[in-house]
Amino acid sequence: MLDPAILLASALNGLTTGAVYALIALGLTLIYGVLHIINFAHGAALMVALYGVYFLHRGPGLDPYLSLPVMVPAMFVAGYALQRLVIGRASHGKDENVLLVTLGIAIVLENLALFLFKSDTQTIDTPYTFSTVSILGAMISVPKVVAFGGALVVAALLLLLIRRTDLGRAIRAIAKERQGARLVGIDVEHVFAMSFGIGLACLGAAACFLLPTYYVNPQVGNGFVLIAFTIVVLGGMGSFAGALAGGLLIGVVESLGGLWLGESLGQIGIFLIFIAVLLFRPQGLFGARA
Amino acid sequence: MTALLDIDRLRGGYGRVQVLRGVSMTIDAGEIVAVLGANGAGKSTLNNTVSGLYPAFGGAVRFEGRDITRARGTDIVAAGLIQVPEGRRVFPNLSVLENLELGSYRRGRTRRTQSLERVFTVFPRLRERTAQRAGTLSGGEQQMLAIGRGLMAEPRLLILDEPSLGLSPLLVEEVFALIGQLNREGLSILLVEQNVGQSLEIAHRAYVMENGAIAFHGTPAELLGNSDLKRAYLGI
Repeated sequence: MLDPAILLASALNGLTTGAVYALIALGLTLIYGVLHIINFAHGAALMVALYGVYFLHRGPGLDPYLSLPVMVPAMFVAGYALQRLVIGRASHGKDENVLLVTLGIAIVLENLALFLFKSDTQTIDTPYTFSTVSILGAMISVPKVVAFGGALVVAALLLLLIRRTDLGRAIRAIAKERQGARLVGIDVEHVFAMSFGIGLACLGAAACFLLPTYYVNPQVGNGFVLIAFTIVVLGGMGSFAGALAGGLLIGVVESLGGLWLGESLGQIGIFLIFIAVLLFRPQGLFGARA
Repeated sequence: MTALLDIDRLRGGYGRVQVLRGVSMTIDAGEIVAVLGANGAGKSTLNNTVSGLYPAFGGAVRFEGRDITRARGTDIVAAGLIQVPEGRRVFPNLSVLENLELGSYRRGRTRRTQSLERVFTVFPRLRERTAQRAGTLSGGEQQMLAIGRGLMAEPRLLILDEPSLGLSPLLVEEVFALIGQLNREGLSILLVEQNVGQSLEIAHRAYVMENGAIAFHGTPAELLGNSDLKRAYLGI
C-alpha cells in the first residue's frame, strides 16, 4: 500500500498542475462560450506564448515571472488582432468556417515554429527551478506553488471581469442574444475580439507559470489542448466555475493515476472520468440548467 | 423647426431583396406616432434600417437634424435613438438588474443609478425581481424589462416594435397605458403595432404601411373616419 505522505505529495502536485490546466481551459471556455467557436488554435497559441517566455529569458534574460507584464498584453493584442483581422473576416458568420480557420492557424503556427526553432525541446534554468517547499510535510517544487497561486489569482480576476464589469456583462449578453446586444449599442465585433484577446491573455499568463518547470517545442500545445478540451466539456461547456473545478480535478486525477499506473498511463484516469461524465451527466459537472 | 426624426424616401431591405420602396415620415418631439400595417408590410425592416442594423439602399434618415443614414448602430444608440425590438430580445442568461445595467452600456452610463430608480418607479414589478434571470420572467415582465432597458439609455426617441405581441388582453391594456404615461412625461415614441385600436387611442398621428411604402398618413380621427381605408388596410 502507498505511503499517505506520498499520496499527499502527489495530490498537491496534481493540484498545482491542475491550476495551470484550469487557466488554459478558462481561456478556451471564454472563447467557446461567447463566440461559440471551438478554438483549435488554442494549443498553438500556448506554444507561441511559451516560446515568447523562452526567448525573453534567453535574450534579455528576463525571469519568466517578470515576463508576465510583457506576455499577457502581447497575447491579448495578438488574440484581438487575430479575431478582428483574420477569424472574423474569414468566417462570414458561419461557425464551421471558424473551426477550419482556427485549425488552419494552428497548422501554420506549428509549422512556422518547426521551421524557425527546429523540433528540439528547450528548457530554461532559473535559480529556483529545483527549490522545494514543505507543505503539510510534502515537498513541493517552488515554481509549482507559484504557478498554483498565480493561476488562481488570474482565474479570480477573470471571474471578476466576467461577473462585475460592463465588458463581462456584454460578453455574457452576446453569448445568448446578439441582436439585443446590438440594440443597446454593444459593438459586437469589438466584444468578440476582446473575448478572443482575453482568452489568449490567459495563455500568456499560463506560459509564464509553466516554463520554469516545463519545456517548449513546436508540438507542446497539443497535449495541453486535449486536456483543456476535456476540462471544458467536463465543467459544462461555457461554465467558468466548471472549468476551474474541472482543471483542478483533472490535475489531481492525472497525478494520482501516474502514481498507481506509472507516468505514461497516468492520463487514463482523466479519460475514464471523462467517459463517465459523458455517460451519466452529459451537461457537465457545472453545466447550465437547460 | 426641424423634426426629431425625419425619414426621407428611404429604401432598404435584406441582402439584395428590396423591402422599403421610398418611405417618408416625420416625428416631432413629444409625439407618439403609430406605424400600422399588416405582417410583411415592412414595419420591422423600417425600424431596423433606421436603427442601423440593416444598410439603407437609398434615401436619408435625419435625427435631430443630423444625417444618420449610414451611421453605425452603436453611434445611433449613442445619439439617443433607442429601439425596443419585436420579441423583446432581453438577455435570458443575465439577471434583471444586469439587463437594465446593459441598457446604459453605450449611453447614459454616468446616470445609471438615477435611471435605475426611474425604471423601478415605472415598473415596480422589476424591482422585486432584480436578481432573477430574465429568461425565467413571464412574457409581460420581459416586455416591461425590454422597455425598461430601453429607458436606461435615456432615449430622445423610443421605437417600440410590437410591444403588445403575445401578451394577454389585460397586459396589453397595461402596456399601452404605460406607453401613454411615458409620453406624457415627455418621451417621444414611435409605436410600430398590429394592434390598431389601442395604438390609435394613444397616438397623435399614424402612418399606414403597405408593401414597403406609406399608404396613408394622418390623425387617428381621419384614419378612423375613412371606412374604405379601415377596410382595406386595417381590417376593422
